[in-house]
Amino acid sequence: MYAVATPTAHSPEGPLSASTVPPPAVPASETDAVFMALFEVHRDRVFSTALRLTGRRHDAEDLAAEAFLRAYRSLSGFDHERLETLQPRAWLTAIVVNQWRNQRRTASRRPVTVSSDAVADADPVDALPGVERRVEIHDDGDRLAALLIELPERQRIAVVLRYIGDLPVGEIAEVMGCPTGTVKSLISRGLARLRPAGPGAGIREATDGGGLR
Amino acid sequence: MTATDDRRLISALSVLSVPAPPDLAERIVAHWAYVEGPTVDVYVAFSSAGISSVVPAPSVSGDDEFTAAFRRRFGRPLFGADGPPDGVGEALRTGSALDLPFDLSGRTHFEQDVLGTALEIPPGEVRPYSWIAHRINRPRAVRAVGTALGHNPVPVLIPCHRVIRSDGDMGQYGFGREMKRRLLDGEGVDVDRVFSMVRQGANYVGDDLGRVVCMPTCHRLLPVDGEHRRGFRSLAQAAAEGYRPCPSCRPSGR
Repeated sequence: MYAVATPTAHSPEGPLSASTVPPPAVPASETDAVFMALFEVHRDRVFSTALRLTGRRHDAEDLAAEAFLRAYRSLSGFDHERLETLQPRAWLTAIVVNQWRNQRRTASRRPVTVSSDAVADADPVDALPGVERRVEIHDDGDRLAALLIELPERQRIAVVLRYIGDLPVGEIAEVMGCPTGTVKSLISRGLARLRPAGPGAGIREATDGGGLR
Repeated sequence: MTATDDRRLISALSVLSVPAPPDLAERIVAHWAYVEGPTVDVYVAFSSAGISSVVPAPSVSGDDEFTAAFRRRFGRPLFGADGPPDGVGEALRTGSALDLPFDLSGRTHFEQDVLGTALEIPPGEVRPYSWIAHRINRPRAVRAVGTALGHNPVPVLIPCHRVIRSDGDMGQYGFGREMKRRLLDGEGVDVDRVFSMVRQGANYVGDDLGRVVCMPTCHRLLPVDGEHRRGFRSLAQAAAEGYRPCPSCRPSGR
């Protein structure tokens, strides 16, 4: 988990000696510019990741905003070297995932107010489309999204990070803190569960009369 | 399942990537502006959630100190704006900011109650800390009220400078007692007169024609001649003599 660094104040006296004083933090105006550049490049990816993890637009907006704020607070404590070696895509994704897991843990410790009804609160999802309904990509998307949020947590993270977040398996392994082999297996198990909602599944389903769920 | 099916599934998954909502940046970034006021100029920081920070200009050395302090306290990127939110200039001129949107999201419920009550004190008037404590139904939390006001992130606009001690002392102010005095002078509060009244035991002032009892600086007393003003140490004393509490300043406290 990435720690949230406390911003370090600029010392007006300057460094006393290079060996005892940490390198100066990047000036705030520069941090802000770097942050906004990161935000512009990664906001859709971060939001989409948040949306497909939480399954709800409102929660995703909160999660994405909170993750970017955490990222900013960490960036504020970085020196130039840390900034230059930063892998922003994996770093931002790790913040989103950690934040989401923390929220879930906190929520699960609270008395249960939302249980299986949570799915009913999600964005409108066509779980059982009419037989005569044309199967469009949009419908497949809704069905896929509904299945995604029912995947077990680690499978969901692996699939979302790989195909929504567009992260290579190696970086997902770092984010999840497990070997790449485990990530690959989580992805393939996750995909297997999603196949009933894949493209064309609706047509097959309509013709052989099988229910989706 | 074939590899082709997997490729189609994967390409269907990529359709689940959507653009971030256009207001996402506004939930993260704050803006700031320098606003001239009748008594004191202020720095104001704000976002779509409202005004989150106000700092009297004389209390910092310049733009850099203000922006650095904001980033430290709020942990948000901060950019210069063309101007403040609508109504800020007018609120500074009139001394009333009741209609402005404030972002007090980092504060506790207690602090929000205290600040919301302080916001209702009209310009030109003052109230003791105990008045706020009574108004929020925490009559014993007088010290905590002082602490909450001391952490007011939007001073001047939320007028914590209008809250003084009930014993005839100015009380603390985050930007110094001199600044507090300057702000009150600027609003026409005769600070010395208020304190001397309180020291003589007049915690409340009654209008003996209207039989109404007020906080000493209530604007309702302005047209009342000195000979018709009556000082009271307590509200019980005023009530015993048939005075009813003023609906405007709602006297309470010690």
